[in-house]
Amino acid sequence: MRIDVKKTYKLFIGGQFPRSESGRSYELFDSKGNFLANPALASRKDLRDAVVAARNISDKWSSATAFNRSQILYRVAEVMEGRKDQFIAEIIAQEGVTKAQALKQVNEAIDLWVWYAGWCDKIASVYGGTNPVSGSFYNFTTPENLGVVASFISDQSSLTSIVHAVAPILAGGNTLVAVAHEDYPLSAITLSEVIATSDVPGGVVNILTGKAKEIAPWVGSHMDIDGVDGSGLDSTTYDALRKDGADNLKRINRFDEVKSPQRILAYMEHKTVWHPIGI
Amino acid sequence: MMKFEYAPAPESTAIVDIQSDYNLFIDGKFVPSKGGKRFATMNPANEQVLAKVTQGTAADVDRAVKAATNAYKKTWSKLPGADRGKYLFRIARILQERAREFAVLESMDNGKPIRETRDTDIPLAAAHFFYHAGWADKLEHAGLGANPKAHGVVGQIIPWNFPLLMLAWKIAPALATGNTVVLKPAETTPLTALLFAEVCQQAELPNGVVNIVTGDGATGSALVNHPGIQKIAFTGSTEVGKLIARSVVGTKKALTLELGGKGANIVFEDAPIDETVEGIINGIYFNQGHVCCAGSRLLVQENIKDELIEKLKRRMSMIRVGDPLDKNTDLGAINSKAQLTKIQELAQSGDTEGAERWSPECKLPEKGFWFPPTFFTGVSQSHRIAREEIFGPVLSVITFRTPSEAIEKANNTPYGLSAGIWTDKGSRILWSAQQLKAGVIWANTFNKFDPASPFGGYKESGWGREGGRHGLAAYLKGDM
Repeated sequence: MRIDVKKTYKLFIGGQFPRSESGRSYELFDSKGNFLANPALASRKDLRDAVVAARNISDKWSSATAFNRSQILYRVAEVMEGRKDQFIAEIIAQEGVTKAQALKQVNEAIDLWVWYAGWCDKIASVYGGTNPVSGSFYNFTTPENLGVVASFISDQSSLTSIVHAVAPILAGGNTLVAVAHEDYPLSAITLSEVIATSDVPGGVVNILTGKAKEIAPWVGSHMDIDGVDGSGLDSTTYDALRKDGADNLKRINRFDEVKSPQRILAYMEHKTVWHPIGI
Repeated sequence: MMKFEYAPAPESTAIVDIQSDYNLFIDGKFVPSKGGKRFATMNPANEQVLAKVTQGTAADVDRAVKAATNAYKKTWSKLPGADRGKYLFRIARILQERAREFAVLESMDNGKPIRETRDTDIPLAAAHFFYHAGWADKLEHAGLGANPKAHGVVGQIIPWNFPLLMLAWKIAPALATGNTVVLKPAETTPLTALLFAEVCQQAELPNGVVNIVTGDGATGSALVNHPGIQKIAFTGSTEVGKLIARSVVGTKKALTLELGGKGANIVFEDAPIDETVEGIINGIYFNQGHVCCAGSRLLVQENIKDELIEKLKRRMSMIRVGDPLDKNTDLGAINSKAQLTKIQELAQSGDTEGAERWSPECKLPEKGFWFPPTFFTGVSQSHRIAREEIFGPVLSVITFRTPSEAIEKANNTPYGLSAGIWTDKGSRILWSAQQLKAGVIWANTFNKFDPASPFGGYKESGWGREGGRHGLAAYLKGDM
C-alpha cells in the first residue's frame, strides 16, 4: 500500500503560505474524533502582517476596473469547480455529512461566488446615481471600497459560510483578512489555494486559521482596519470588538447568511461629487 | 481714493416673540420639567440673555420616549405614507411662511449673519421637509427591498452650528420613513427648535410624533441610553460620537453619526484664481468656520502660492465682521465663550509651533464673542492646526508640488468628510475626486448643500449619510 503524502495546512498572507510566526498549531479532528490536521494557530503578529499585506495592495485592487475585478473573481469560481473533489472530501471530513450533501454545498458555494463576482460592475450603477440638486450643479453619488476589512467566518457550514464572508467584501473592491472558523480551517485553506492560483493579486485575500476569540481583540483595536464582518463571533466577543472598534469608528456588522447586495454595500462608502454647470 | 462705507442695515427683531421661559415639548404640548432647572440661552453677539430654557432630566426624556412610543404604535405607524407626506408638506410650507421669523431668531440665538440664516439655513430646512415629504409614499423604491420598515422611536441629538437646518436633516427623513422622534437641540441654540415645536402644532401633527427636550450633555446621554429608543442619530464631535458608538454596544440600537472634519481645499496651478479665492472664503469663513465640512486646510500648489495669498488677503480685507443682524455682515459672532476659548487656544498653538498668523485689520465689537478671519502660512502636516478641527474662522495653508503629493496630504487625516478641488482640467478633477477619501467633494465650488444630495463622512467623520436616497437607509430597516 502506498503511503499518503499528508497535506500541511498553513496560513495565507500576502499571496504566500507561511506558518504562524508564533510557531503554534492546533489539532483538528474529524466528526468521528480521528486526527485530521495541525492547522496553524494564528497570532497577533500574523494578523498584523496580514493587514499590512491587505493595505499594500488595496489601491491596486480597488482601482482595477470593476469589469476586471469581476472577471478575476469569476476565475476563482472556475478554479473552485476544478477542485470540487478536494472540497467535498474536506467537507465530509469536517462536518461528517454524506457525499451528496457535501456536493450540494460545494455547488451552492460556487454559485454564490459567481453571483457576487457579477456584482462588481453593477453595484455602482444600481446604488449610485445623479442627484437633482437645486442650482447649476452636476452632482453624483457613487459607492466606493471601504479599504481593509476583517471577516470572521461563521460555522453555519464549512465552505458556503466562507463565500458569504469573503465574496461580497471583495466585490466591493476591498481587501480582506478572513479568520476561518476554528472547526473548519481545511476548506478555508483550500479556498486560499484556489485564490492563489487564480488571478487575484497577492494580499487581496488573507486567511488566518486559529481561534477567533483570540484574534478578535487585536482586530478591534487595530487602527488600520476599516471594517469588520463579525458574523462568526459569539455575542460577548462581538460586543467587545465593537467597543474597541469605536476607537477608529470601524464599520462593524453581523449578518444572517443571506445573499444580498446589502452585504456588499455594508463595506462601501458613498462619495458625492459636485461640479458647477456653466458655459 | 474715496472710500464708501456701508450704512448700518439691521434686520428688525420685532418679528420674533421670544418668551422669557420655555418648557419642554412632549406629546404635542409644552410641559414643565420634572425636576429640571432652567438655564439661560444668550445672544453671543452681545451676551444678552434671550430666554431661559429647561434642563431636561432623565424623567423628562423618559416621558418623551413614552409619548413617542405611544404615537408610533397608535397613530404614526398606522398612517399611510401619503398622509405622513402631507404633514411634512404642511411643515415645509409653514417654515417657508414663517421664514423671516426663523431667520432672525436663529441669527440672535446662534450669532450667525442674517444673510446666511435668511438665504441658506431656513430655505434649506424647508426644502428638506419638502424633499422628504415626497419620499413618504415611495419607500419601496428606495433601494432597500420591497417592504422597508421604520425603526420606531428615534433619538436625535443635533449641534449648534446650523440649529434649525440640522433639526430638519434629522426630523424630515425620520418622519417620512415612519419613525417618531425625540430630539435634543444643542445647549446654546435651543430657540428655533422650540419655535419648530409650534410649527408642529400649527401643522396639526399628531401628538407625540415629534418631542423636543432641551438640555445639555446629560440630557443627551439620558436619551442615548434610554432602552425605549430603537435608533440614534447624532451630529457633533468625533469624541462624543465615539462615546455613543461604545454606549450602544450590547443593544439593538441602530446608529448614524455625522462627526468632525478637517477638509482639504486643493488648489492646482491652473485653477481659475478669482473664483478659487471666493471658494476658499466660502469654504472656511462661511458660518464663522463653525462647519464640520469646512475647507480648513488650504493645499495650494507651490508655484502659485504667493499670488493666491495676495489675492486672499485682499479679499479677506473686505470681510465685514460684526452685528449678525446687519444685512451686510459676512462674519458673525462665535457661538459661545467656550468655543471662542477653544479657537483661541488652537490658534495660539499655531503661533507657538512656528506657523505664521495673518488677519486683516478689523474692529471687533466689545461685547460678545468674536474672532477675526485668520489664516496661518508655514503650516506643516504635524502642526495641531493642520490636524485638529478648529471649528472657527481659521485656515491653515499648506503647499504641495505634485498632484500625488496633494492627495497624500489631503488624505493624511483620521477625518474624511469633505474636500475641495480647484482646477480647469476635467480629467484632473475626476482623478482627484477618485483618490480623495472624503464623503463630499466639491470641485470648483465649496460648501454647497441640497436635500437631494447625500452628505456624510469616511473614516472618523461618521457612519452613514444624510439626505438623498442614500440618507433614507439610516431610518429604514431593509429586507436583509
